[in-house]
Amino acid sequence: MHAIEVSGLRKAYGNLEAVRGVDFEIEEGEVFGLLGPNGAGKTTTVEILEGYRKRDAGEVRVLGHDPERPGPDFRERIGVVLQQSQLWPNLTVRETHAIFAGYYRAPRNVDEVIALVGLVDKANARVKSLSGGQKRRLDLGIALVGDPDLVFLDEPTTGFDPQARRAAWEMIRSLRSLGKTVLLTTHYLDEAEQLADRVAVLREGQIVRVGTPAELTTTDLQTEIRYRQDGEEVLVRTDEPTRVLADLASAAVARGEELEGLQVRRPSLEDVYLALTAEEQEAEAEVEA
Amino acid sequence: MSAEAIRVGVRRPARRLFVHQLRSEQLVFWRSREAAFFIFLFPLLLYVLLGSVYSGKIYGVPAPEALLAGLIGYGCANTAFAGLAIQLVIRRESGILKRLRSTPLPPATYVGSLLVSTLIVFALQAAALFLLGRALYGTPFPSDAGSFAAAVVIGAAVFAALGTATASVIRSAEGSSAVVNFILLPTAFLTGSFGPTRHYPAFLRAIGDVLPLRYFINLVNAVYLRGHGFWTQPQALAVLAAWGVAGLVFTVFRFQWEPRER
Repeated sequence: MHAIEVSGLRKAYGNLEAVRGVDFEIEEGEVFGLLGPNGAGKTTTVEILEGYRKRDAGEVRVLGHDPERPGPDFRERIGVVLQQSQLWPNLTVRETHAIFAGYYRAPRNVDEVIALVGLVDKANARVKSLSGGQKRRLDLGIALVGDPDLVFLDEPTTGFDPQARRAAWEMIRSLRSLGKTVLLTTHYLDEAEQLADRVAVLREGQIVRVGTPAELTTTDLQTEIRYRQDGEEVLVRTDEPTRVLADLASAAVARGEELEGLQVRRPSLEDVYLALTAEEQEAEAEVEA
Repeated sequence: MSAEAIRVGVRRPARRLFVHQLRSEQLVFWRSREAAFFIFLFPLLLYVLLGSVYSGKIYGVPAPEALLAGLIGYGCANTAFAGLAIQLVIRRESGILKRLRSTPLPPATYVGSLLVSTLIVFALQAAALFLLGRALYGTPFPSDAGSFAAAVVIGAAVFAALGTATASVIRSAEGSSAVVNFILLPTAFLTGSFGPTRHYPAFLRAIGDVLPLRYFINLVNAVYLRGHGFWTQPQALAVLAAWGVAGLVFTVFRFQWEPRER
């Protein structure tokens, strides 16, 4: 069964079409990444799934519910980390968790959740004394305290330093091992590549590509082979890296030479993403011309 | 899911959820020292100050009793109108309201517990004002406690409705305190919270005569100073009801859970 099913989803704010016909499905237990630049429609899509916004058109099922008219247990089963939100500054980490735990029928143990998000040392600290990364972990903790089946994470590491990001990634990986379904939005490519089982690239309200990070990086762009010959950098782009490499290598061996500085590089998700963006810009340029 | 689990699920302990949220609201309120000071202590402080300024009789009763009634009115508006409006704007703009909407806590339970929590704070404040009045000036307690309690609940409900309506039109958390006090403090002066208004120019008294606080203070005066039942004041009750319904209707149509500023 799918945790989330979306088809033909549309949403406009006045004249601005934020989401223009989006389709995707998320399996139970999957970590799914919605990737795209700012303004691509990620947050609008997620907020429709969370039940905050009404859609203009399309079909949406989240855990079997229509989020616009959810059944009584819908909110028992989802956990939400919003892009920007604060909590009561004068309460402690434990008090904040306990308040949220009280809203659910079968919450997790508060201290277990605090340990899961790595705030044991801060359990009795006031929220206002936490660092930015610690506040984000608190956000995650209160999203998990109701023991949800589906967790929405809207740009969970925006503004983090590299160390805090790695810590957050570890936590998100631990959600997978708990069997949770996770919908993650991000504009960081490496984050999607690190965490997501599958990624949908969203741009200007439409999905331009869906697949595993590996599929995205193998289908679109050619592999790059670089080496130096007579002190000059040579770059070969190819769809058949094995054959090209074999030809180059046997030619070099025949000449009794070494292929200096040889590098074979598969395109990263970032290359694919930038290429997708570039296509769009070219298309736009043509339209304007 | 076992039959047992389903049955537990169906029998949602609505009352327990309400009590949980009420306790949470009380914790949040008293933990914030600034709010606790301005909302709870400020009217007490004003009473001590005004009580040392006025002497003799006001409206034919000893000044400390008339002032006490006026400050009950101000305290009620300060707690239920100003305190609630400021709290709601801050919570909306900081994303707490939006965050709560993703949880199973029903909006009606949230709003209801917030109102009761506000009423608890005001009831404690009223009790403190009476104890202070008795200790400093020998003022009596209300002779008809039931009528007095009814008047307080009516007033708190009306000002809470006006507070949520006002929160709906305030755009930023930074400005909320200024806007709310810009409304409340002149209102308190014009309606006689801080002393008699007989010597005010006629047009100022005319403004005061349409404001809900005037009628709430009339109600408190009738119940506390003259020992009448609260039901003997149909005019005050009608005007208060009109303001309350207006606030409620405005709130229903305009209240937002999500931050205005992005």
